[in-house]
Formats: sequence, C-alpha cells, structure tokens
Amino acid sequence: MNSSNPKRHFLRGMRDALPFILVLVPFAALFGVVATEAGLNVVEVMSFSVLVIAGAAQFTAIQLMTENAPTIIVILTALAVNLRMAMYSASLTPYLGQAPMWRRAIAAYFMVDQPYALSQIKFEMERNLTVSERYAYYFGTVAPLAPFWYGSSYVGAVAGAQVPPAFALDFAMPITFLAMIAPALRTLAHVAAATTSIILALLMAWMPYGSGLLVAAIGAMIVGAQVELLTARKARQ
Amino acid sequence: MITDHTMIWIVIVALAVGSFLIRFSFLGIVGDRPMPEWLLRHLRYTPVAVLPGLVAPLVLWPAATGGMTDPARLGAALMTLSVGYFSRNVLAAILSGAATLYGLLYLLG
Repeated sequence: MNSSNPKRHFLRGMRDALPFILVLVPFAALFGVVATEAGLNVVEVMSFSVLVIAGAAQFTAIQLMTENAPTIIVILTALAVNLRMAMYSASLTPYLGQAPMWRRAIAAYFMVDQPYALSQIKFEMERNLTVSERYAYYFGTVAPLAPFWYGSSYVGAVAGAQVPPAFALDFAMPITFLAMIAPALRTLAHVAAATTSIILALLMAWMPYGSGLLVAAIGAMIVGAQVELLTARKARQ
Repeated sequence: MITDHTMIWIVIVALAVGSFLIRFSFLGIVGDRPMPEWLLRHLRYTPVAVLPGLVAPLVLWPAATGGMTDPARLGAALMTLSVGYFSRNVLAAILSGAATLYGLLYLLG
C-alpha cells in the first residue's frame, strides 16, 4: 500500500504536466531553429538545451551573442533571467529539503517553470504528503516535459538551416518572449517593473556591449519591489 | 551570425554551472533557513525586469529592416502582448502574434 503511493503521485504529476507539452514543443523547436540560424551547430544547440535547460536564458544568450556582446555580459544577463529560479529553490526547500543530497541535486537540475508551479501548488494544498510522494509528483511533472524539450530542440536544429528568410524568424524570439511576459503581468508591481525595463532599456541602448539591459533590469526589479511595498501599505490602511 | 565557437562553449558551460547553482542554492546549500523578505521581493520581478527590456529594441528597431520601425513587427508584438495578457495563454499569444506578423507582412508586401 505504502509503496504504491509514490507511483500514483508520479502518474498524477505526469497527467498534470501533459498540457504544457503543447507550449514546450514549439518553444524548444524554435530555440533549435533560431540558434542554428545564429550559427550554432547541432552539438552546441543540444548542449544548450540539455546542460542549461532554461529556454528564456538560452534565447537571451543567443540574442546577445548575435549582437556581439562580450562573453561576460552574455553570461550575466542570461543568468539574471534565471535568477527567478533561486526563488523556486527557496520555496520548494521546505517540501523537498529532507531528501538525500543526490536526490536534491537531480531535482535542482530539472527545476523549470512548469514543474515548479505545479508542485508548489500541489504541496501547498496537500500538506500531509510524504517526502517521497512529493518527489514522485515532482519527477512526474518533469517526465513528460524534459524528453520533449530535448527532442524538439534537436528537430529545430536540424530543420533550422532550411527555413527561408520570408518566414521572418528574426521575430520569433520577440514574439515568444512577449507571450511569456504578458500572462505574468498580474499586478501593478509587475506592470511597473516591465514598463521600467522597457523605458530604461530604450534609453540605455547607447551603452556599450549590451550593458544597458543589465542597468534596466536592476532598475526594473527595484521599481517592482517598491511598488509592491506601496501597494501592500495602501491595502493595509 | 556567431562565428566564435570557443565563446559559444564558454557561454554554454558558464550558463550550465550558473543555472544549476541558482536552482541548487536553497534546496542543496542554504536549506530551510528563511530568506530575507527584501531579497524575495526583488527576485519575484526578475523575468518581467529582464525580458521586456531585451525585447523592446528588437520590436522598435528590428535588424531585419535595418533598424527602421516595421509596422508588421510592431503590430505582431502588440497583438501577442494583448492576447497573452487577456487570455493568460502562452500558446494562444504566440499563435496570434505569428498570424498577425505573416498577415501584415503579406498585406504590406
């Protein structure tokens, strides 16, 4: 009875994650196509998708490299995109923190947006799950997504070289990013942060080596945090 | 076109290690100690702080048109943003953005 429970939660996690395949497949294929167009070979594309396994950061790195930004700026900006995952890590720790180190390390490797969001909600609502049931659910959400992420990146990389310029693929990345940002504009603070980011990035576009974007990002984070504080203060009054 | 393959590998390795360390940070190293509230408050806004700034110049001054503002690309961007905002559906936003882009490119020749 006890041993069958983790399996049930694994399957449950898989089922909850299935709809996300629809978003992930075109996104990963697009990365393969865009990266190949930018000059990466298949091995490099696959190394990105398997080792980094973070779509937005991968796209950011490719974009900045095509703009000839220096290596350090490419790395810092792409990692800044991934900083949100420190928050994921912190919020999953109370639920997954008691497992052996190797298990936590595997969980960390797979910590991407959708499994995080699904697991966070699940763990919060079902407080009495055991640690192994939680891991079963978490890895269940990862199981259908990771293979499609790798596979679609590969398909995109192989197909990439054959896409004609009439498809305006230069604009695939902006559209994908806008589609990811728009649903995240949930509060006034998020809207303020995004607006600040746009204004500062356009004003700082003269700064060398893409460093204007880093300035814009830091400014936007501060504005977001401050607006959140103000909104909370107002709500309390 | 990126031609410096050494640079590509440096970026891949640095992002692989860096991304893993970010993900492993609390789960593996810091543990269950509470995070300072001010830090959480800033981390919450990282995606909306970085991505709009990255996209804005690409929307207004696309390299494909030599930096001239292009009505097709601008229209596609606005459509993606509005559909994504109101539907909260990433896939619907991407598809309507792509449809708008191709539609306008075709109409405006």
